[in-house]
Amino acid sequence: MLWACVLLPQLALDGVLRRRPTTGPLVLVAGAANARSIVAANAAAREAGLRIGQRLTAAQALLARFEALPYEPESVQRWQQFLAAVAYRYSSEVCLLPHAIMLEVSRSMGLFGPWPRLENLLRDEFAALGFRHRISVAPTAHAAYVLAGIADGQTVLTPGALECALQRVPLHKSRLPAAASEALPGMGIRSLGQLLRMPRDGLRRRFGAELLLALDRLTGAAPAGLDSFHPPDCFDLRVELSHEVENLAALVFPVRRMTADLAAWLAGRDGGVQRFTLRLEHRGGHADVPIGLLAPEHDAGMLFEVARGRLEQMQLAKPVLALRLIARDLPVFVPAGRDLFDQRPANALPIGQLRERLRARLGDHAVYQLGSTSDPRPERAQIIASRDDGRCEPHPRPTWLLERPMPLRGTAPRILAGPERLETGWWDGGEVCRDYYMVETAQGQRAWAFCAPGEQIGWMLHGWFA
Amino acid sequence: MSAVVPLSSLLDARRVWRGRAEPTPTGEQPTGWAALDAVLPGGGWPAAALSEILLPLDGVGELQLVLPTLARLSRGERSLVLVTPPYAPCVAGWRQRGVDMRRVEIVTATEGDVLWAMEQCLRSGSCAAVLAWPRQADDRALRRLQVAADSGRALAFAFRDRRHLGNASPAALRLELEAMPHARVWVRKCRGGVVPAQPVSLPYVALH
Repeated sequence: MLWACVLLPQLALDGVLRRRPTTGPLVLVAGAANARSIVAANAAAREAGLRIGQRLTAAQALLARFEALPYEPESVQRWQQFLAAVAYRYSSEVCLLPHAIMLEVSRSMGLFGPWPRLENLLRDEFAALGFRHRISVAPTAHAAYVLAGIADGQTVLTPGALECALQRVPLHKSRLPAAASEALPGMGIRSLGQLLRMPRDGLRRRFGAELLLALDRLTGAAPAGLDSFHPPDCFDLRVELSHEVENLAALVFPVRRMTADLAAWLAGRDGGVQRFTLRLEHRGGHADVPIGLLAPEHDAGMLFEVARGRLEQMQLAKPVLALRLIARDLPVFVPAGRDLFDQRPANALPIGQLRERLRARLGDHAVYQLGSTSDPRPERAQIIASRDDGRCEPHPRPTWLLERPMPLRGTAPRILAGPERLETGWWDGGEVCRDYYMVETAQGQRAWAFCAPGEQIGWMLHGWFA
Repeated sequence: MSAVVPLSSLLDARRVWRGRAEPTPTGEQPTGWAALDAVLPGGGWPAAALSEILLPLDGVGELQLVLPTLARLSRGERSLVLVTPPYAPCVAGWRQRGVDMRRVEIVTATEGDVLWAMEQCLRSGSCAAVLAWPRQADDRALRRLQVAADSGRALAFAFRDRRHLGNASPAALRLELEAMPHARVWVRKCRGGVVPAQPVSLPYVALH
């Protein structure tokens, strides 16, 4: 077993910063209305002297202008769940500890390469999503958690090395039960090494079995006892905008972020999305933008482009307060197989993606194919369908077909070929009885026209031999 | 005596100007009309470029001109796209002329989006040929299409009214169709060659 710990010390703040990037001082505050205190502060705020735990009134006395936003404990949990689903891409066993995501990586390294490479992949992933993190690896989950709390990038790959690494850990950083870590320094025990050399019986009598279990979990003598994380089966992300947005252009940035999050989340479950909804929340209501794709997709750029295409077509009736992206239809993603000897240019956009791009701007029914039916009536001989039954019409047919026949005006046309009698459809009320001719008009156009059987007047134009 | 230099090495070094570039013997994109291939530089459509076809009216043989090419391309890997055709293509008729309709995509776009859709299809690289009937296309728009066709390695066909003949065009090939007294094709511009003085007649091919 080898556990990687991704510690996310600023989860709440990063969640806020990624939707409203700011360089000015910003703090998150919590507590009763008359006793608000700071629970998180960004770099600019800390530089100005604001500290975590400070009263908001004290902070206002220190600094005239800063942004104070309410701290939302549920957002921490939501982001942790989201990141765990993203991390699920790198390990089949993902567990959660407060402010941390644990991954069992001993088997992942077979796929992603040795630990330094896997570590870089994890760092890139979390950095791209905009979350600050510390990563460490150790043979037990709790040891990795403790080591990540001390310094970033600690790598302990063998149980022997773990023993050495634990010796030096100061007791107040060792995440042991509070009663023990408060009392032990008073007894002169300041590091984990000292504690591990203590007789176990005495420790049990003084601090209970809880401390011994925590120590055993650190060293690996007892199993970690963590519940493994299961990624949820639907994606639901809500982003509150910092102000009321009245024009669509201002929604592009949050939508790009949200589709990128969706893509990262989809990569975690190795799946695609076929349909998702972008919900624009107004004051007292919401408008849904449904986005449908022809085939499951998981590429961030493509999802963003499709979403933007749909968004640009709509009119904002009211200012938007928040955006929500909901994806429930998550089929398995099957990557398109490409031939080694494919003749298309290397950077070609696959035809499926091209169709989506056109549909996003021109409408859902703007791209189609025509197929044939077995009906002999020209109006019903072709339908919108992607099929070709290979049936070949024995009589010459034009290349253009008019949607409905229209009178052919002007001087009488010259007959080039025909007639072809078409007498059918008596069974379904759409009876036709026509003589079709290939004719040439006075302007030299070759037309496909019909008239009543036996007559050669009252020409109706039905197509062009263009 | 100076050393004997083989002529081919001089030619390969490109130090001898031969007056006129040799025409490529076989066309990369033959039109399927032998008489037309014979007069076009490159022996067919300019590959990966825009061809403009100017018409007096609909139904004078404009599709006949391109259908042999479309039939050939529909047997390949890539799609054929029609952007806002003026009428519906008749499936039976196209199939009689050898086109596999499963490769043909039809795109309906509003007047303002025709050129955008055409450019997207050309640029994508997954279309072998894109046919469009733009109503308003200026010099700049056509130039964009020309660049898009080049980057996506696709044939672009723009069918336009004959009145645009007087306006300059960046298309690599401009053909004018004439219906009376019989169907003929005038080559009005061809990149990399001399415009032939005589039109090419376009005989109607009886299917049966």
